Amino acid sequence: MHHAAYTRRLFLQRGCALASLAATVPYFVERSALGMLGDPALSSNPGVPEDRVLVVVQLGGGNDGLNTVIPYGDPEYFRARPQIAVRAPGATGTAPIALELDPSVGLGLHPSLVGFKDLYDAGMLSVVQGVGYPNPNRSHFMSMDVWQTGRADAKGNGWIGRYFDNVCNGTPIPEGAIAVGRNAPLAMQGDIQKPISFENPALFRWLGEDLHGALKDPYDAINRAGALAGTGEDTQKAFLMRTALDAQVASARILAAVAKQPLVRYPDHALARQLRTVGAMIRDGMPTRVYYASMGGFDTHGGQVGSHTNLLRQLSESIKAFQDDLKAQGNESRVVTMVFSEFGRRVKQNGSNGTDHGTAAPVFVIGPRVKPGIIGRHPSLTDLDQGDLKFGVDFRSVYASLLGDWMGAPAEVILRGNFANAGVIARP
Amino acid sequence: MDAPFQPLLKKDFDFAAAQHLLARAGFGGTPAQVRGLVERGLDGSLEIIVDFRGEAELAAEANLRSDLLRADTPEEREAVRLARAAGDEETIARLQALRQQRERDDRAQIAEMQKWWLRRMIETPRPLEEKLTLFWHSHFATGYRTIENSWHMAMQNALLRRECAGSFERLARGIISDPAMLKYLDNDENRRRSPNENLARELLELFTLGEGNGYGENDIKEGARALTGRTFRGNEYYFDKNQFDTGTKQIFGRTGVFSGDDFVSMILARPQCSQFLALKLYRYFVNDAPKLSRDGTETVLRLATEIRENNYQLRPALRALFRSRHFYAPENRLAVVKSPAQLMVQTIRSLGTPPREMKSLVDAGDLMGQQLFQPPSVKGWDGGRAWINTATLFVRQNIVVYLVTGRRPQGFDWSESEMSYDSSHLVEHLRDATGALDPREAVRSLASFALGGTVAPERTAQLDSFLESLGGTVTDDRVKAILCLLGAMPEYQLC
Repeated sequence: MHHAAYTRRLFLQRGCALASLAATVPYFVERSALGMLGDPALSSNPGVPEDRVLVVVQLGGGNDGLNTVIPYGDPEYFRARPQIAVRAPGATGTAPIALELDPSVGLGLHPSLVGFKDLYDAGMLSVVQGVGYPNPNRSHFMSMDVWQTGRADAKGNGWIGRYFDNVCNGTPIPEGAIAVGRNAPLAMQGDIQKPISFENPALFRWLGEDLHGALKDPYDAINRAGALAGTGEDTQKAFLMRTALDAQVASARILAAVAKQPLVRYPDHALARQLRTVGAMIRDGMPTRVYYASMGGFDTHGGQVGSHTNLLRQLSESIKAFQDDLKAQGNESRVVTMVFSEFGRRVKQNGSNGTDHGTAAPVFVIGPRVKPGIIGRHPSLTDLDQGDLKFGVDFRSVYASLLGDWMGAPAEVILRGNFANAGVIARP
Repeated sequence: MDAPFQPLLKKDFDFAAAQHLLARAGFGGTPAQVRGLVERGLDGSLEIIVDFRGEAELAAEANLRSDLLRADTPEEREAVRLARAAGDEETIARLQALRQQRERDDRAQIAEMQKWWLRRMIETPRPLEEKLTLFWHSHFATGYRTIENSWHMAMQNALLRRECAGSFERLARGIISDPAMLKYLDNDENRRRSPNENLARELLELFTLGEGNGYGENDIKEGARALTGRTFRGNEYYFDKNQFDTGTKQIFGRTGVFSGDDFVSMILARPQCSQFLALKLYRYFVNDAPKLSRDGTETVLRLATEIRENNYQLRPALRALFRSRHFYAPENRLAVVKSPAQLMVQTIRSLGTPPREMKSLVDAGDLMGQQLFQPPSVKGWDGGRAWINTATLFVRQNIVVYLVTGRRPQGFDWSESEMSYDSSHLVEHLRDATGALDPREAVRSLASFALGGTVAPERTAQLDSFLESLGGTVTDDRVKAILCLLGAMPEYQLC
């Protein structure tokens, strides 16, 4: 690695130690501030390794959980979905056949999820069943906001943003949260912490400086000023100036990180391209603690068999390549990945061989440090709430486990409530 | 007591106010165009901006084909059937290839439409018409990738433009008869025995009342039944009465055999509808900061009243808004984050740069998060601060470099464009009798025009020292360099 590895301890200190400097301190000043730190052991959280990373993968549109983790042991599944069900292993017919997870209860994976099955067999996949929340909202946007804020009313900032706000004690962590994609997710917005987001790293700089050497200095002066005198703190102008400064600081760092070829071949899916960039940044020792990637298209209201098969194949191949990359880097055990969607879909298929918006669905947690296997019971297909599954695990219980056991943060404070730990991380 | 909805005093309609109006109710204009508005006065300006039907229509219509994605004809279906029966693989493959070619042609056509619309925004003598059409495109958001029919997108675009400043009622009734929307929200699958709630839900949540604003889950379920049977055949709306649910429905506490049109009438009768619309228009045209001021809240309520009292006719409400003191208040100057289309079109229309290659502008719009005919979801574009992040900010700065210099923003393959940009009209009026230009005056004039208002002293100091580092004189190249730097200022993102 070209850069010193950023440990969790250093990460925590960097934010906190800089609290006395201007909030908009540029990166180069801040690096020299690192040299002023005292005993590095002081702010560390005992028992939590120093350099853990969380990757969140969002499946937009509402992934059909029942055709992702298949309850083939339940005849009701086939009754509810005569045209779109995935068959049990060993069954006859022309429909696709599930990959076996747990024959004792009749549970399998969609046949597209070959990479997930490999991870499961290697003890690196945790399948949390029936994840949802009370009084589910079936609007994409509201439900996505519920998941991203971690609040039933979907109001306020994001759960990851609050994690940063909580651990950094008043000062944002430079490059702490990075979303690869066009939009910065609400989940990463804190009061103090704001995410960096970009889609194509090559365009992540000002090209005007190539015109003439004399343009670089005034450009830097303009965009690194951080704030102008007399600009109110919560104004549009102040917001734009903060973002401009963040962009300058992050640009150099990220361009250096992604310049290298990855160690493994990634498939050419949109999600794989995002995860390849995440892999490069992890490999380069970026101080980033949480990465966010996403893929859309899961809103399968009609003719879903072919499209859902294709979506899950892209998901599985992308995640598998990412895990292979982390392994080749030797960073595998530093990283845990969570895959979620804003809701599952209705138990009964609709009139157009698709499924309408539903409620609870499985969440996947991936990595060598997860508690592998199946967590929670599959929700009943007959005891329904308006035709939808009743959730068994609150999604904030998964967050509580990730925040508490993986990130070493006070989950109760961040989630503003006491949610039972879902136990997705292996305990030593 | 201040009255924010009172008309602006005539004397207050100065250069800055006229520039503000032209930027918000359109895409900005050159210094000469702004001076023209000041001469006309506020009411005279609103006459041409808001009552734009008196202005010429753009002659250049897109030359679009309506038959690319028609269903197979009975003859074609028969040909496929015969080939299948005969095991004639060659013919099957040939017919499939023809179909695939039509699909490719359709994708090429939507790419043409993206360029066509952007060019229209750049050239139109009725800027408010395009600005409102874009507003409705985000409001009644429909994405091409889901419906895969460019002609249906073109028909919807024409509907939105026809009624953009006209009647919201006709827009709402039009949209539940619009093939693109019916397909996008699956209403072609909304049948008597297997209702599909997608259109009913978004009609309430996103198009008329706002999330949870005066309706419940049951109104969605029953409203979906009222919308059954509304589908399309080919390029035409079609009411399939066999699929219409003739049972009684309970909507908003009333019971009846309601149709889709009844459902719309019942929605429009609710006061939440005009309020929801007023707030959305306010955020688009006046101020999109997260918090509404007290005057802002009052203005939204007054605007809602105007909309309601005019039976959802939009033009009188818009005219009142653009006349109001509140619209010109300091808190609302430079208070809207430019959309990517606004950023590009305003740069071209106000600085007078060549439009360059439409394809490059379409691509840049995509990178900045705004692909025309492809909003990210049925919620449309969030707008405001959501446009801005560290990545889109670089693209925004780079597209100005491209427009001013002709140097392409993609990757590293710089290539000089053929079209040269004459920026002299921005500084011509500053020359003294001998034709000389005072560099400090030129910097101040360029900055306040490009940034649309008062400029922070740090900014002019930065530009002064840039000019001085090159010897101090103002040349055409240096004006362009200054425009690139102005375009890279965080403030340039506001209008």
